[in-house]
Amino acid sequence: MLEILIGAVALGLLWAVMALGVYITYRILDVADLTVEGTIALGGAVAARMISANMNPWLSVLCATIAGLLAGLCTGLLHTKLRIPALLSGILTMIALYSINLRVMGKSNVPLLRVETVFSPLQRMGLSTSISSLIVGTVTVIVVAVALYWFFGTELGNAIRATGNNQNMARAQGINTSNMVILGLVLSNGLVALSGALIAQYQSFSDVQMGTGSIVIGLASLIIGEVLFGTRTFKRTLVSVSLGAIIYRIIIALVLKAGMDANDLKLFTAITVAFCLSTPMIKGWLDARKKNAAAR
Amino acid sequence: MNKLDITGVHKTFNPGTINEKKALNDLNLHLQDGDFVQIIGGNGAGKSTMLNCLAGMFPVDAGTIVIDGEDVTRLPEYKRANLLGRVFQDPMMGTAANMNIEENLSLALHRGQKRGLRWAVTNEDRDFFSTQLKMLDLGLENRMTSKVGLLSGGQRQALTLLMATLRRPKILLLDEHTAALDPKTAAKVLELSEKIIAENHLTAMMVTHNMRDAIRHGNRLIMMHNGHIILDISGEEKKKLTVESLLEQFTKVSGSELANDRMLLS
Repeated sequence: MLEILIGAVALGLLWAVMALGVYITYRILDVADLTVEGTIALGGAVAARMISANMNPWLSVLCATIAGLLAGLCTGLLHTKLRIPALLSGILTMIALYSINLRVMGKSNVPLLRVETVFSPLQRMGLSTSISSLIVGTVTVIVVAVALYWFFGTELGNAIRATGNNQNMARAQGINTSNMVILGLVLSNGLVALSGALIAQYQSFSDVQMGTGSIVIGLASLIIGEVLFGTRTFKRTLVSVSLGAIIYRIIIALVLKAGMDANDLKLFTAITVAFCLSTPMIKGWLDARKKNAAAR
Repeated sequence: MNKLDITGVHKTFNPGTINEKKALNDLNLHLQDGDFVQIIGGNGAGKSTMLNCLAGMFPVDAGTIVIDGEDVTRLPEYKRANLLGRVFQDPMMGTAANMNIEENLSLALHRGQKRGLRWAVTNEDRDFFSTQLKMLDLGLENRMTSKVGLLSGGQRQALTLLMATLRRPKILLLDEHTAALDPKTAAKVLELSEKIIAENHLTAMMVTHNMRDAIRHGNRLIMMHNGHIILDISGEEKKKLTVESLLEQFTKVSGSELANDRMLLS
């Protein structure tokens, strides 16, 4: 049981990087960006291809991140310069990435067995895969969260936040809102690809399908984190979102342990997210009923 | 040199369709430094369209707009921002609701400038914001880390006004900025606008539907009808205006009754 929990936390930390990326688009920019479904697989594909060619695993993670930045740039340009709605821009890049990911890997699945990954040095010290991943994941999440905290406190970061909040106001203050939307999408997808590169190494393979449903997992993590741990300050929110990703993985590990068919996971996740997103509405109904009851 | 030259500006919305609307029709307006112009007119006269064209929210079909010697006719909205301070009718429109007061002020402090990787709100900025907020006399200086979304409409509008003038604009645009407020708050925000404009010797344009406000404030009054200016009164002549004489002049110049329910009711 403990082994399962440690594994869930380890994987959750790697997914937390992805959830932080989704936070940038979904909460800060107020855009639901579907590019991430392709980007997470892109990160895995680039890393897997480079690692199987015996290249430095951290270099492969860096290259995967850069590939993710470019994918975000693509969506950003489609949305702002060609005026394609954000949702559709994301879908277009996502679909295009499916072909690109197959090109990068050369086939639909690349195994990463008996190769040097970012976890290998720790494993050679006698640590298990889960513990190694726990360490790498914790360090990565902390570095990413601190970097985001700093960035969104700068003038440029505030300009992105203002753009997501109120584009009219942002333009009236001289902010080039198109460029801020692009920059937000670039950063977000860079983080998602980084996450994909680490996940592929953790699970010892990269698959062209590994991104399917990832936006829903990202949103689930985000919402679980916000609901359970609060959003009072930006610092708090970053921690909440990261913890949300871990909690999500623990929930999944527990329901699988309880005997749920793994094939039903995506259905389970979708229902969870639909429920969480509708809580304000449900709460409204309940409050209205209470008020009515009180009036009577 | 004039502070603003609008020359021969035309703007038609939805041209060639059933919804075609000539919003501005050969609009000409020239402002001197320090002018505070009141803009009145019926519904659809082109008052807000004129301000929005100035701000660059949409391109004009013909004509030129020159602000303080700089031709801005083809500049996008965000590039004109360093010249203009703007307050909108909707109190929600001028501020970022999910950001706190000091972050909003910091956005305004860098209006139209390059935004880099410096920390947005420094302690020095905080002191400056605090003294500025004290002048509003709303106690906002004690709530600098509160989200702006928690403020009332009047507070948000006062904050927007401060943001619009934090960096001195060449022209301050007030687009019915008190229309959405209750009468008492509206009077306070208007008084504040007058004070800020006078203290900083700003050039300002104010759209209003309240004739009494238009008569009481500013040194110049223009009336718009069908997309151009039909009446332009300033100086001593403006001081002598009354609501009745204005209505009478409107009927004479436009050949129609002033069709603006809000104006007649107020």
